[in-house]
Amino acid sequence: MSEVVLDQIRKVYAGNVEAVRGVDIHVPDGAFCVLVGPSGCGKSTLLRMIAGLETITSGECRIGSRRVNELEPAERDIAMVFQNYALYPHMSVYDNMAYGLRNRGTAKDEIDARVKEAARILEITPFLDRKPRQLSGGQRQRVAMGRAIVRKPQVFLFDEPLSNLDAKLRIQMRVEIKKLQRALGVTSVYVTHDQLEAMTLADVLVVMNKGEVEQVGAPLDLYEKPASTFVASFIGAPPMNLIPVAGGPGGIATDGLTGGAGLPVPAAGAILGIRPEHLHLATGPLPDGGVGITFPVSAVEAVGSETFVYGPIGGTGQDMIARLPGKALLDAGTAMSVFALRENLHLFDKDTGKRIG
Amino acid sequence: MEKRVVFDGKILPYALLMPQLLITIIFFYWPAAQAVWQSFLIQDAFGLSTEFVWLENYAVLFANPDYYRSMLTTLVFSTLVTVFSLSLSLLLAVQADKQIKGASGYKTFLMWPYAVAPAIAGVLWLFMFQPSLGLVAQAIRALGFDWNPQLNANHAMALVVMAATWKQISYNFLFFLAGLQSIPKSVIEAAAIDGARPVRRFWTVIFPLLSPTTFFLLVVNIVYVFFDTFGIIDSVTGGGPAQGTTTLVYKVFSDGRLGGDLGGSAAQSVVLMVLVIGLTAIQFRYIERKVQY
Amino acid sequence: MVERQSFFSFLPHLILALGILVVAFPVYVAFVASTWDPATISNGTMPLRPGPYFLENYRQTLFEGTARSSRSPVGLMMLNSLVMALTIAIGKIAISIISAFAIVYFRFPFRMTAFWVIFVTLMLPVEVRIYPTYKIVADLGLLDSYMGLTVPLIASATATLLFRQFFMTVPDELVEASKIDGAGPMQFFRDTLLPLSITTVAALFVIQFIYGWNQYLWPLLITTREGMQTIVIGIKKMIVTQDALTEWQIAMATAVLAMLPPVLVVIIMQRLFVKGLVETEK
Repeated sequence: MSEVVLDQIRKVYAGNVEAVRGVDIHVPDGAFCVLVGPSGCGKSTLLRMIAGLETITSGECRIGSRRVNELEPAERDIAMVFQNYALYPHMSVYDNMAYGLRNRGTAKDEIDARVKEAARILEITPFLDRKPRQLSGGQRQRVAMGRAIVRKPQVFLFDEPLSNLDAKLRIQMRVEIKKLQRALGVTSVYVTHDQLEAMTLADVLVVMNKGEVEQVGAPLDLYEKPASTFVASFIGAPPMNLIPVAGGPGGIATDGLTGGAGLPVPAAGAILGIRPEHLHLATGPLPDGGVGITFPVSAVEAVGSETFVYGPIGGTGQDMIARLPGKALLDAGTAMSVFALRENLHLFDKDTGKRIG
Repeated sequence: MEKRVVFDGKILPYALLMPQLLITIIFFYWPAAQAVWQSFLIQDAFGLSTEFVWLENYAVLFANPDYYRSMLTTLVFSTLVTVFSLSLSLLLAVQADKQIKGASGYKTFLMWPYAVAPAIAGVLWLFMFQPSLGLVAQAIRALGFDWNPQLNANHAMALVVMAATWKQISYNFLFFLAGLQSIPKSVIEAAAIDGARPVRRFWTVIFPLLSPTTFFLLVVNIVYVFFDTFGIIDSVTGGGPAQGTTTLVYKVFSDGRLGGDLGGSAAQSVVLMVLVIGLTAIQFRYIERKVQY
Repeated sequence: MVERQSFFSFLPHLILALGILVVAFPVYVAFVASTWDPATISNGTMPLRPGPYFLENYRQTLFEGTARSSRSPVGLMMLNSLVMALTIAIGKIAISIISAFAIVYFRFPFRMTAFWVIFVTLMLPVEVRIYPTYKIVADLGLLDSYMGLTVPLIASATATLLFRQFFMTVPDELVEASKIDGAGPMQFFRDTLLPLSITTVAALFVIQFIYGWNQYLWPLLITTREGMQTIVIGIKKMIVTQDALTEWQIAMATAVLAMLPPVLVVIIMQRLFVKGLVETEK
């Protein structure tokens, strides 16, 4: 069993800067956990605490069933892939992969076997004698992965490993990392700021903000039931429309919006969330419990497979986006009516941003 | 600027620093402190008793016309060497910078005197200008000029200035060339389009852009003339004739060698220390400015 | 090229050629003098071309030295200079690189104090503390020894600063990767930092070798025995105040031999030399 358990982990830097404020995460054995959030949210600090590169101010970190707070990085049985790969520039690809094993006193034959096996899996066998500077970005990335694999660690840690690659290579490597992790079955913790990467890779997705966990869960659960406006706007692209609304006797009492009967909008108002892809062109009467929106179109972006429509909502001054399938024949300046079904409506507290319905 | 990632270690860092710190304390700080301390003492002729006399040694030093003469000598010497070596090397560097192909070849031929010891440089020039058999000296004397650096202090000064300049040109040349090559070609081309003719372009565009390098070299050259030319003076003139080439540093050396006045010699050392600290401070203000630039 | 090709385009070449000529002339004269006999030199009739005494003069210089003033062979002096230059260069690099390593890669009480203690030595050149330093070396019984000749010159603020500056550019992730790979501080130093510093080390070596070889004031004070003399000091002792006694052909051969090693180092390792020179002054 090599689960990773974080129990009330806190990190306070000198000068009382609290970077991580009491985080609880449980990554089951063999699972792929992704930490996602904007820069400065504490995700990298958290990863580095698991690695042992930062001390843990308070709380407990367990790998397997072992408390690792006081262990050196090398004693934690982890491997890490860095954003800039951190390959040793003066060592060959082979030596880069073998170095950690040599430091552990692994037998020579064993090292050789493991390095060649990893090279075969990653298809870098032809480059074993080269120096890192003679490799392309994608090849360096593979070497960095290889260095992690040969160690056969209990946990893989990834610190934004794809952010130095171009868009095309990034997608390709993303798929490969996922396949590799499945095949090896090693528990992994992966840090990224890219929500698409997070959604596609994660078994367990952790959204972080300001040093705290906003929500943990399966990616689709987070998409369907975001716990806060922060998660709602972070997961999904383009982001969810968040419209401040006022409650009224018949549902919603905000200019430009109709319907919403039965929505538990508090008297003080709330924030209504609707994903752009859940808006449909109004063709008939509003379905039960649904919300209708009418707004003047300010811009139209047609990309072929779908069309994005932008426009301000009357009563709120807020711009919103609708994502319509195919080619919608609309012009800027015309008014447009769309609606969303009851099950696709999200309601958040006006002040705390927490989900209320 | 600090590293974010460091190693743990209680004793190791001290062990690593130990050799360097021991040497600096034993051979730098301790003697420097001794010099300061001794500059407040007067020892009797037999070295049997010493007396604490506050600033008397300094008072004596600054009342001594020889010391002022030595200051003047240092000033003349350093001004001449600095001006000559900077202007000659700038001239050469500008010409080399114009060469697209030959620049590195010229560089090779001009930089090697840096590697010649000052004392050896002195000996080379001494030989050429040796009044009775030197090649150049004979030519000068044939023109009817009574050249004799062994008797004439001005001639001796000219000789050490030449040797010191010769030795320093290569250093200045390398830095000027690097400075010139770091000026973006587009700036020079813009000036050309603005109609500035080559000479004007040099003084209005290139020279101002080169000023950080020039200022840096100015300070380095002054330090060089003060301290590193000791070997030249000792091998060419031995401070003479009639102390005509005795610089401040040479005076500390020659006064101390004669022995006796320990306190006076220490006071001279302290004055020099203050000078170096001043020069270093100027140098670092320059570096700060460069960082902002 | 902004300049139009013109009649004056040869002018820069002319100035540079003249510059090279002036720079090279003293050395050429010295070489010529080292190939003539004493009589030709002392009666002032030496021509500007090499003479027939090259082998004889250099043989005498290397293996016997001057006949009158100082009688130790220059070969021995060169050996002393070599030992001094190598010890100073290697010593400076060795103690500076570990000091910089300690200052950059550890946090400990009095770290900045240690940094400043090393830094301030920039302001205490040997010339300003000649006699007190001499006295300490004498008290330690190190006069006329290689130890006394080299150890006091081994401390180096410039080299420490240069290594510190280089270490700051080494990515932090390499330290982290090393930690995860199970390397301790000294292993990181040996396996990663040292191999990465190799160009800096080489550049510094060139500069410090020249510095060591060309030392003058310090060996002048510390060495009194003939057998300990360095070549730069030796040549000074060959030049006698009464000119008639100076054996110029030997002195000039010595000068040529004294220039040869450092000049060769500069020319052969030109790129490293320029790098070392420019970076130590940053």
